[in-house]
Amino acid sequence: MAFISSGYDPENPMKDRITDIGPRNYEEFYPPVIKNNKGKWLYHEVLQPGVLVHVSETGDEVYTVRVGGARLMSISLVREICEIADKHCGGYVRWTTRNNVEFMVDSKDKVQPLIDDLQGRKFAGGSYKFPVGGTGAGITNIIHTQGWIHCHTPATDASGPVKSVMDEVFEDFQNMRLPAHLRISLACCLNMCGAVHCSDIAILGYHRKPPMVDHEYLDKMCEIPLAIASCPTAAIKPKKVEVGGKTVNSVEVNQSRCMFCGNCYTMCPCLPLADKEGDGIVLMVGGKVSNRISAPKFSKVAVAFIPNEPPRWPKTAETIKKIVETYAADANKYERLGEWAERIGWERFFEKTGLEFTHHLIDDFRDPAYYTWRQTSQFKF
Amino acid sequence: MAKHETPLLDQLESGPWPSFVSDMKQEAESRAKNANNINYQIPVDVVEDLLGVLELSYKDGETHWKHGGIVGVFGYGGGVIGRYCDQPEKFPGVAHFHTLRVNQPSGKFYTTEYLKQLCDLWEMRGSGITNMHGSTGDIIFLGTTTKQLEEIFFELTHNLNQDLGGSGSNLRTPADCIGAARCEYACYDTQDLCNHLTQEYQDELHRPAFPYKFKFKFDGCPNCCVASIARADMSFIGTWKDDIRIDQEAVKAYVAGELKPNAGAHAGRDWGKFDIQKEVIDLCPTKCMWYENGKLEIDNKECTRCMHCINVMPRALRPGKQTGCSILVGAKAPILDGAQMGSLLVPFVEVNKDNDYQEIKDVIEAIWDWWMEEGKNRERLGELMKRQGFQKLLEVTGIDPVPQHVQEPRHNPYIFWKEEEVEGGWERDINEFRKHHLR
Repeated sequence: MAFISSGYDPENPMKDRITDIGPRNYEEFYPPVIKNNKGKWLYHEVLQPGVLVHVSETGDEVYTVRVGGARLMSISLVREICEIADKHCGGYVRWTTRNNVEFMVDSKDKVQPLIDDLQGRKFAGGSYKFPVGGTGAGITNIIHTQGWIHCHTPATDASGPVKSVMDEVFEDFQNMRLPAHLRISLACCLNMCGAVHCSDIAILGYHRKPPMVDHEYLDKMCEIPLAIASCPTAAIKPKKVEVGGKTVNSVEVNQSRCMFCGNCYTMCPCLPLADKEGDGIVLMVGGKVSNRISAPKFSKVAVAFIPNEPPRWPKTAETIKKIVETYAADANKYERLGEWAERIGWERFFEKTGLEFTHHLIDDFRDPAYYTWRQTSQFKF
Repeated sequence: MAKHETPLLDQLESGPWPSFVSDMKQEAESRAKNANNINYQIPVDVVEDLLGVLELSYKDGETHWKHGGIVGVFGYGGGVIGRYCDQPEKFPGVAHFHTLRVNQPSGKFYTTEYLKQLCDLWEMRGSGITNMHGSTGDIIFLGTTTKQLEEIFFELTHNLNQDLGGSGSNLRTPADCIGAARCEYACYDTQDLCNHLTQEYQDELHRPAFPYKFKFKFDGCPNCCVASIARADMSFIGTWKDDIRIDQEAVKAYVAGELKPNAGAHAGRDWGKFDIQKEVIDLCPTKCMWYENGKLEIDNKECTRCMHCINVMPRALRPGKQTGCSILVGAKAPILDGAQMGSLLVPFVEVNKDNDYQEIKDVIEAIWDWWMEEGKNRERLGELMKRQGFQKLLEVTGIDPVPQHVQEPRHNPYIFWKEEEVEGGWERDINEFRKHHLR
């Protein structure tokens, strides 16, 4: 492979340099029907799972066909998306905040050929490339982080558990039978790049062992004061250690104070905490971001630990399926998972879902803990 | 013949949901064939080695990516994330495997022409693997070598008129919901505000000068489809001040069963006949509406704009016309001190294109001045607010306290009066005091 220059000259990095131009302007990318009707939309309807129509005060209509995507996408797949958009949608396409792809057409007769085309495309391994769904009172795409494919701190993989869970709940991606929409999200460690802490169901990668200390290299690779300051529970203190007959500066971890957040590792690579047996998944439930009816809510821990079970994470997928089915059977129309759990009470939530309540589910972290204990004699047996 | 055996990953090819493993294999094959005779600038077998290292992680139950590494493009501190494999000898194709964050256009609309340009660039100079999109919203180019970074940046800026996004302790790439582009609920133009502020704050986006990350997110209405209230240091949530617009004929059509409730979103199950009392009026959190003589009445003064009635009857009800946004601040995920939801700072501000959103920028810049001065290393705005108090936030932003700022007034009477607030100040003469009070 011969090196090909783009025109960049490393000897003169400032020559012809263009910086701080920001993203392309959104208006360049609006399909004509969107450009002509922006701000004029009157109402919308979900015609069938994955298919929306928006009607404008001008009388124009736009039909949207939404398909699920794996977030991790090759350029071959993106080119195939382009080919479909060229064929059906005049060369326009968009992504949703939950990594679905939306194909839009400006008349009803263009919808069915588009759906047929999308549903007909499969990967060599047999899965759909572009399954239609993800609207209304169902389950849409799982947003997630990088996991083992690209991140240095994960406690679990992301793409694999997502694929396994979406396979398990796939019918609810293509159906709208639930009491309300249900959002599942995954973050592969507590740093929560994916900020999944307000999801109906959150899959959270979690470490359970305190960091190891790489004494030999710590002082060479890390700022010791920074590593100490990074610990939210003040579990790290400086220590001098003998390594190979030499005294080196390092740190000591007060293991009983560690809640395995990994912040020290982010600050200092000589404090790794990943571990095959230690790492796994926490399931959280009942969060939401919408202000609809009730205020936005944080998710609550419902299962404190499920081991990583690659490649298909069966216990995680099965537990989620169980929660979804119990909610589907028991909640009222329009009731989000967290609203349902609050109405029936958490003691009933555990009873009905069959999940085990353990001491790990009682908060013991600072002030927020107190606000979650029960301060009333009103409870259910 | 695949370069590495992947018996575990292969099990993720079955089942209906799109398989990332199948997709990666398809890309690996495409690179090996090289039908278009591309002069690849990074190893041809990069995707095969990526599959190989992932398979090893599936076996080991641990990641094989090393911690960070400082790489980037000249003059920027954000937009590139260094990544190296910890088994470079086994997987030389991904020994260096850096990420670029490419700043997505607001609303994530694309022309295929532009997407194909991105694909061509990433095929030649990168792995051909992307994330569409990352959690913050950027287009993610996943995996290239250090030598290609400047080349990619040069091509992005010169040929694609496109910049990188944010990473590190800076303004992260702002993100928005679809807004007025295709949603009748949007109370302001989320795309325009998002794009405008992204352009305005390019320096903050590319050159880390903050204590930690800072996120703007723009939701067109209280449904919060972009989740701003839970994860943005500043969330801009569309709202309105006047009355919900009602089309009484359409209300009757819902009651008569001619229109499907909730825009047809519950069509997967037979929930019985639509009951306006049960499904709308009784679920209203403020109980500010009633149905009488075939008409829906709303006491708008008591409405808290939760969107439920509008969501259920989108053809009959619309947000008012006096629209703008609420600004909430300080949301974040749990690291380090626990999760925080956004707290209401500005109940209502007009979203005014005509003066380049100056009222909004005034709030942003006042907050940044405070946070950059007072924030500790890795302290998010929400944590600084907890540490120094909401009053301090009001003080630095010059915003007057109103009952909307609290869920309820304080439970404890430990009020920190300031000296200037107390008549006569705090300095007193002990000898004067003793004249009337024996020791």
